[in-house]
Amino acid sequence: MNAEPLGPRSVGAAPGSDAAAGPLLSVNDVHRSYGGVRAVSVDALEVGRGSVVALIGPNGAGKTTFFNVLTGFERADGGHWRFEGHDLAGKPAYAVARAGMVRTFQTARVFPRLSVLDNIRLGAKAQRGEHLRTALLPWMWRRQEADLGERAAELGRWVGLGEKLADYAGTLSGGQRKLLELARAVMAAPTLLMLDEPMAGVNPALREALLEKISALPGEGITVLFVEHDMDVVSAISDVVVCMAEGEIIASGTAGQVAADERVVEAYLGASSGDLREMDRAPRRSTVDGAAADGRAGGPAHDGADDPSADGAGGEA
Amino acid sequence: MLAVDLGAAVVDGLRDMVAVPACVYALAAVGLNIQFGYAGLLNFGAVASGLVGAYGAAISVSQGLPLWVGVLIGIAASAVFGLLLGLPTLRLRADYLAIATISVAEILRVVVNSARVQSVTGGPIGITGVADDFFAVNPIPAGRYGWGAFSFNQNTLWTMAVGWTTVVLCSLMVWGLVRSPWGRLMKAVREDEEAARSLGKNVFKLKVQAFVLGSVVAGLAGILFTFDGGFVKPDFFVAQTTFNWYLVVILGGAATVLGPPVGAMVYWFVISLFNSLLTQALGNDGWWIISPTDTGAVRYVVVGITIVLLLVFRPQGIFGDKAEAMIGER
Repeated sequence: MNAEPLGPRSVGAAPGSDAAAGPLLSVNDVHRSYGGVRAVSVDALEVGRGSVVALIGPNGAGKTTFFNVLTGFERADGGHWRFEGHDLAGKPAYAVARAGMVRTFQTARVFPRLSVLDNIRLGAKAQRGEHLRTALLPWMWRRQEADLGERAAELGRWVGLGEKLADYAGTLSGGQRKLLELARAVMAAPTLLMLDEPMAGVNPALREALLEKISALPGEGITVLFVEHDMDVVSAISDVVVCMAEGEIIASGTAGQVAADERVVEAYLGASSGDLREMDRAPRRSTVDGAAADGRAGGPAHDGADDPSADGAGGEA
Repeated sequence: MLAVDLGAAVVDGLRDMVAVPACVYALAAVGLNIQFGYAGLLNFGAVASGLVGAYGAAISVSQGLPLWVGVLIGIAASAVFGLLLGLPTLRLRADYLAIATISVAEILRVVVNSARVQSVTGGPIGITGVADDFFAVNPIPAGRYGWGAFSFNQNTLWTMAVGWTTVVLCSLMVWGLVRSPWGRLMKAVREDEEAARSLGKNVFKLKVQAFVLGSVVAGLAGILFTFDGGFVKPDFFVAQTTFNWYLVVILGGAATVLGPPVGAMVYWFVISLFNSLLTQALGNDGWWIISPTDTGAVRYVVVGITIVLLLVFRPQGIFGDKAEAMIGER
């Protein structure tokens, strides 16, 4: 991006305005169960304006379910969350996105038989031509359409897909789709961008650049909340790290604080031995899976608090 | 026995390619293409919209209203029908939508066909004399127009002129819609509803809009159907007709503007060509295990084989984009 501004935007942390006071997102007592299985049970979480917040936790911790609930893709059993002063509980997904809370998916969801450029264009909100009553009156939307096209191309180049703008999105690799999804979500000019494992499947050579882009977003007025497994990524870009296990938030603080937290280590490893960085170097999936299972077995309160759909839900819902 | 006049068969094919049934199919396919091709809605009851349009117009006329009022009522009825069917079903997943729509279409046909409502719908006999007002304003002088087998009387020609004009206007509307941001949104919903939702798009509203729009165009096809001879009967509105419309859309190229009308013309050309060839070849004696009365069935066998070959070798249809068709459904 080369410190080039992302373009005009109306939202952001305007100092002194009402909306700027208090946290951007505050979550109160949100819970969600499947049958007897408690997938999410978050007492309180606050996301400050202009920060990058990482949400970590072993597989099945309920991170994705929590994302789904907050963004209206799944119903909450109870609880409230306020976003920029609006109560979003019970709101449909599209209304949540319109309020400025835009999410991506663990398995990238693109529009395969539309061009990369059209994919990004679709991110833009308040398009005058997206109504049936104006669709046949091109003079009502032509100008906005041209502006959005330029902006979309700019964002496409920003994520390194400049050469692919005319290609069908269905021809992109999994990692490229993640990049496309990021560009599309930024196109929506969110106040809070919720990224579900933004690095999954992305070419390691691109990771560094992508990290830089994500960490530059708060400068553009975009607060970031992201789910990630990779502790290196987490500690590199996040201001605050929140760790979930068995549906609950068990720790939050700086990356260093959380990594040193007894309960976090236990949740990941199922025993108070080793440290998170070491764990990260081991073959990740099997280790974490095993660790999570152990953690549950040794966990105190909720028997079988396994959440079969928590991590898969985002991709398949 | 197998001596056939290919030239005569081609002329038969060309005639039916532009005749009113092809025009009805073209219009219906334009409507279905909005729903299925662009918005990805698997409406297996598309023929019901045509039924509602046709009966809306026909019943109005038989109750003494002028035809132009009947046509407006038919259009309004197919819009309301699209809304009533869409509101409860468009939240369903694709396969459930297909089951719900095909059921509703069959129920509607059976109801219209039943003796209980014969005084209104005419039951199995249907309603005749629907299009008298339409033929009364026919500016074309009486007579036959054309050459040999490729000829039409003044009323058929009048219906064709109005019908194909409607096809062109509806196709222009679709062309305008799909190059607008609304059209892009429609395709996005077809591709991935959840992703569209995550971007703040009201997916349900868009689906209802596309469904009602498609229903109205199919309703126009139903109304046009009543102008071909001036009667309406329930046996046109069977599920088979919906699937023929699907065939036409896929043959021409789903999600293309020219695909449905051209697909309808090609469909009727092929059907009529084979009908003619088979009738000539079988003569009065039949051939092998095929008796002369089997012509109608055999031509559909040929059509079926053609479809299989088409889907294998040209899945994108006549106008579709090969690269686009090759992108796997996820």
